[in-house]
Amino acid sequence: MISYAECSARERLALLLDPGSFHEWLPPSERVMSPHLAQLGVPSAFDDGVAVGRAMLDGREVFVAAQEGAFMGGGVGEVHGAKLVGLLQRALRDRPAAVLLLAESGGVRLHEANAGLIAVSEVMRALLDVRAAGIPVLVLIGGANGCFGGMGIVARCADYIVMSDVGRLAMSGPEVIEASHGVDEFDSRDRALVWRTTGGKHRWLTGDCDALVEDDVAAFRAAAIAAIGASKPFTFAALEQEHALLTQRLHALDTTDTTDRDEAALLWSALGIADAQQVPELSVEAVRALRTI
Amino acid sequence: MSDVPAGLETLDFSFSGGKPAGAFAPVLVGVVGSGNLEVLLEPAGGDGCAVRIETSARGFEPIWQAVMNDFHARHPLAGVRVSINDMGATPAVVSLRLDQAVAEITGGRP
Repeated sequence: MISYAECSARERLALLLDPGSFHEWLPPSERVMSPHLAQLGVPSAFDDGVAVGRAMLDGREVFVAAQEGAFMGGGVGEVHGAKLVGLLQRALRDRPAAVLLLAESGGVRLHEANAGLIAVSEVMRALLDVRAAGIPVLVLIGGANGCFGGMGIVARCADYIVMSDVGRLAMSGPEVIEASHGVDEFDSRDRALVWRTTGGKHRWLTGDCDALVEDDVAAFRAAAIAAIGASKPFTFAALEQEHALLTQRLHALDTTDTTDRDEAALLWSALGIADAQQVPELSVEAVRALRTI
Repeated sequence: MSDVPAGLETLDFSFSGGKPAGAFAPVLVGVVGSGNLEVLLEPAGGDGCAVRIETSARGFEPIWQAVMNDFHARHPLAGVRVSINDMGATPAVVSLRLDQAVAEITGGRP
């Protein structure tokens, strides 16, 4: 068993795809790098923190991108975002069996400000175009930096999300919530709280991800292979159904008196999960069996 | 206060008298993260070994020179271009990454 969380982006590509099948576009030797970071005195990376290309997965051609969380927290800068957009637009032309996004990102790279924000919005638009064309976009989340901010939104635009229990998925990160709403609302140093509210088990139980796996590269590979055909047509009816689900979840939790009570466990209980307090202690396999949605 | 201005520092070194590395696909090891660096090895024309370093830690040129001298003594390469993006890696980490990169092109395991 090899920890997915501890792998670099390139190690994930080497281990998750069919051996030796990854062909990279705009590889490091092309030096397509950030035009902004050097002006700020920040070192750039030869690949701007993301590797994109085509590969085989269980004998089928897929397009794939892997974000490197150790470089600027996987932040999406102008070039990084453009590489993701280019990959998705090429998928529209070449129609691979699926597009895999090995996401690990804190969201927009704030150093690049508006260029990064625009890049993320372009990624969303390109991803929805690919999804609308019937090519499934699969997002794998299991890196130590999680998947937050704009990339959290990108992930939820996709057809299918695979998470490990150590993976995290949300919009605002813990520090952002604490900074804007105070430590009483959210204590970002409370790691158990962070995982109860953003971690893979929570996302599985609330229906925000489609597969929950162990922190193991082979488990991510198996889940990705199983999901290659998981295209979910994005229709108006599907959108209304999603809104209905979110409304139901919003009202499921009785928020009249939650003082000193764990709201994550209360929500799991409200969703019909027995012994909700025990969820953080349970194995991935045990939690997988608990989903009610 | 240091008199070293803020920003990146670019350092160039070159070595000669190495053994030709021959043809190989470019190799990238490491990540540009705190205390870490990335090393890109590419084939190059000529019989030298050119090294370019971009680093956020300014003012350490003599140490880089010593680390690269040691590297050339361990691996006297010719026809190779070494490119480094550094975010404050220690000399030991730099040496390990360089050895890892060479192991990749020579087919050995790092």
